[in-house]
Amino acid sequence: MSEKEIKNLEEIFEQRIANDEKIEPKDWMPEKYRKTHIRQISQHAHSEIVGMLPEGNWITRAPSLRRKAALLAKVQDEAGHGLYLYSACETLGISREELYEQLHTGKAKYSSIFNYPTVTWADIGAIGWLVDGAAIINQVPLCNTSFGPYARAMVRVCKEESFHQRQGYEIMLTLSKGTTEQKALAQDALNRWWWPSLMMFGPTDAESVHTEQSMKWKLKRKTNDELRQQFIDQTVPQADLLGLTVPDPDLKWNEERGSYDFGAIDWDEFWQVVKGHGPCNKERMNARVSAWENGAWVRDAAIAYADKQAKAKEVAQAS
Amino acid sequence: MEKKNWPLWEVFVRSKNGLEHRHFGSLHAADATMALENARDVYTRRNEGVSIWVVESKHITASNPENHGELFEPAQDKVYRHPTFYDLPDEVKHM
Repeated sequence: MSEKEIKNLEEIFEQRIANDEKIEPKDWMPEKYRKTHIRQISQHAHSEIVGMLPEGNWITRAPSLRRKAALLAKVQDEAGHGLYLYSACETLGISREELYEQLHTGKAKYSSIFNYPTVTWADIGAIGWLVDGAAIINQVPLCNTSFGPYARAMVRVCKEESFHQRQGYEIMLTLSKGTTEQKALAQDALNRWWWPSLMMFGPTDAESVHTEQSMKWKLKRKTNDELRQQFIDQTVPQADLLGLTVPDPDLKWNEERGSYDFGAIDWDEFWQVVKGHGPCNKERMNARVSAWENGAWVRDAAIAYADKQAKAKEVAQAS
Repeated sequence: MEKKNWPLWEVFVRSKNGLEHRHFGSLHAADATMALENARDVYTRRNEGVSIWVVESKHITASNPENHGELFEPAQDKVYRHPTFYDLPDEVKHM
């Protein structure tokens, strides 16, 4: 194809998206669209998969059967969300093996929030409330994104995510209304998860390099700063209801803006964690890679069994 | 042993009797039995279905979007296939 022909196709393509048409896997698409989507969808899938690890840490130590069943179901959902997203990503012509390879070698990123440790049971409450809360705000607009398989996967994910946040908030509520020690656990968890949760929306708009392109392709509907403000405005009253204090001395209602003003985010910490120097980056990758490697014999055995069954069927049919 | 990966399967779910099976997504599995079991876990954790079909993706033949014109445009100028094409007086009821 000549450059002019490609330019023409690109214009038609951009127009289709502007008209709210969906792009399906076999449609022509610019290489940059394909690459950007592989990057974003796979990062999203990896985040779901790695996101199981901090919570998995507490399944065996959940304080009651009710809490344990809910946490198990939540972690199972996250595995499911990872699988929906990997499938959507594979429709763009990358294999599951390549995707895993990129995660395991560190070539692909996952959400930095999962590089923080879950040191007390209250962290499970804070993750559901804050981390899933932030994820919902990021994800809801993606139900309308331009790439069909991604949008469909996100509809399913968003439907399931609301239970995750509610179970987290219920844990926080119970602890906040409990003994002095329990309330202190809840406050400590909020102290540690608040700022990393705000960082989940990504760099400030001034620093964000992909925003304009992502807006055009409907990978984003609002900017990072707008989403972050939305999260703060809806979460602060929830903290008040718990009787907990948001760890930001500069947090103040701004009557004029109809929003909360908030303090400066420590972006050095954010970039340190992104670059691999967070508290649990190594631990998470080791856990993930060893789970994959230790499962190799199971995958091989399943294939060997399937081959054997298929051959036996052939023999039976031939005789 | 040669490295062999689990093939890809497409999953179709009937959400309740009376409705058709609808494409829900895809997954990897070693064989059809495992594909069904995985589909149960991945796509029907909240009563989304009463019946599942799985088919290995390589068995699906799909039309090519590049042939969209020759395949689908001929239907566009055949308005006489639609009931509104026919002019009838308002007095005619139940038609």
